[in-house]
Amino acid sequence: MDTLHFFIKNQGQILQLTLEHLWLVGISMLLAVAIGLPLGILLTRRRALSKAVIGGANIVQTIPSLALFGFLLPAPWLGERADRLAITALTLYALLPVIRNTYTGILGVDASVREAARGMGMTDLQVLLQVELPLAMGVILAGVRVATVITVGVATIAAAIGAGGLGEFIFRGVAMVDNRVILAGAIPAALLALLMDLLLGLLEHKLTYAQ
Amino acid sequence: MSQARETVIEFRGVSFRAANAHLLLSDLSLNVRRGETLVLLGRSGSGKTTTLKLINRMLEPSMGTVQVEGRTTLDWDPIRLRRSIGYVIQEAGLFPHFTVERNVGLVPQLGGWAPAKIHARVREMLGLVGLPPEHFLSRYPHELSGGQRQRVGVARALAGDPPLLLMDEPFGALDPLTRVEIQREFLALQIRLRKTIVFVTHDMREALRLGTRIALLEAGRLVGVFTPDEFLHAADPIVAAYVAAFRTGDGDSNM
Repeated sequence: MDTLHFFIKNQGQILQLTLEHLWLVGISMLLAVAIGLPLGILLTRRRALSKAVIGGANIVQTIPSLALFGFLLPAPWLGERADRLAITALTLYALLPVIRNTYTGILGVDASVREAARGMGMTDLQVLLQVELPLAMGVILAGVRVATVITVGVATIAAAIGAGGLGEFIFRGVAMVDNRVILAGAIPAALLALLMDLLLGLLEHKLTYAQ
Repeated sequence: MSQARETVIEFRGVSFRAANAHLLLSDLSLNVRRGETLVLLGRSGSGKTTTLKLINRMLEPSMGTVQVEGRTTLDWDPIRLRRSIGYVIQEAGLFPHFTVERNVGLVPQLGGWAPAKIHARVREMLGLVGLPPEHFLSRYPHELSGGQRQRVGVARALAGDPPLLLMDEPFGALDPLTRVEIQREFLALQIRLRKTIVFVTHDMREALRLGTRIALLEAGRLVGVFTPDEFLHAADPIVAAYVAAFRTGDGDSNM
């Protein structure tokens, strides 16, 4: 009851931090897809590079998030603004699932289908846009979905460097030893993750061809 | 067989070496004449599919030349060459995310035909292969039987009205009964359309049934080119082995 009361009293701030959170996640995901999708496609054309690039993205993934924020702090242009820094770190985190799923999704397209497409006189671009990407779309979107849920979680850490978002409540609550404040950050973050998962799941279902 | 008939495809001393340096085809010389069905017969790994892919420049010869309509394939723009050649492969060559209509209409669509013309052409092609258009246009490949899929594959290859068809074991995955049925339709269709066809199979019964001439390949080399009748009576030991296996009833299995 007490917690609910606290939520209602602070609904304005909860809403504001949720929107901030959403903004951090949204921009990071847009960047991650804008970089990861073409990179994943490129790797299917230059398979020799795939080990190095996916390995590199894997290493980024293993760096603890707080440490990654710390590492980027001294970077010249990035360090100037907290949100810039946070978005860079979140994008790096989201990159791996996007690249990996694009790569494996396209390579997973039935070889005979690709063969038929080429044999019928499709150009490389037509094979990519009309055959490979549509058939790999389910796998690619699954990667985007995983990346988004991860990013919603990791974005709470962004508050540690002053980039805002629902982490503000969590860090403040920990400092104040007040569970109500922690929950004011944690519950909306969890709901946000579930909502994103649901929406992207629907999109995945809609864009994946009927099996 | 009139030797004077016009040559459409000509292999001259063609060898093909794969990226792993394995020689898949050596010194092949072969002509395909207009309007005939040339069957490439041989076991797995004999070089049949390699030979086929050299025609539409999916592969390029390591040595020698392949000429299509009097021009070497290397002088052709590969995209234009492939669009002028129908291509049918086994089973899964249909695009699973396209309806039958889009699958069959693909080559005309790539060629920039008007939508109404494509639509009419697709209906005509489906009729030609014995699939009532109103029942099949909006279906997806996974909703069809194996025989129906193969018919759609043939319709798709014919849609651009190519003078030349390449068929790579098109009926290989079908049950024996459907296969015989579709082979019969194939023969009837060929009498009407008079396409030049290069047909790959490992099934000797199919080769004898469909081929105007049969080119037998073994380990990347051409054993010889025979009419079905010559094939059955050839003295060559490799051909004789095929025929013997056929007579003991194994001719239909995977040789």
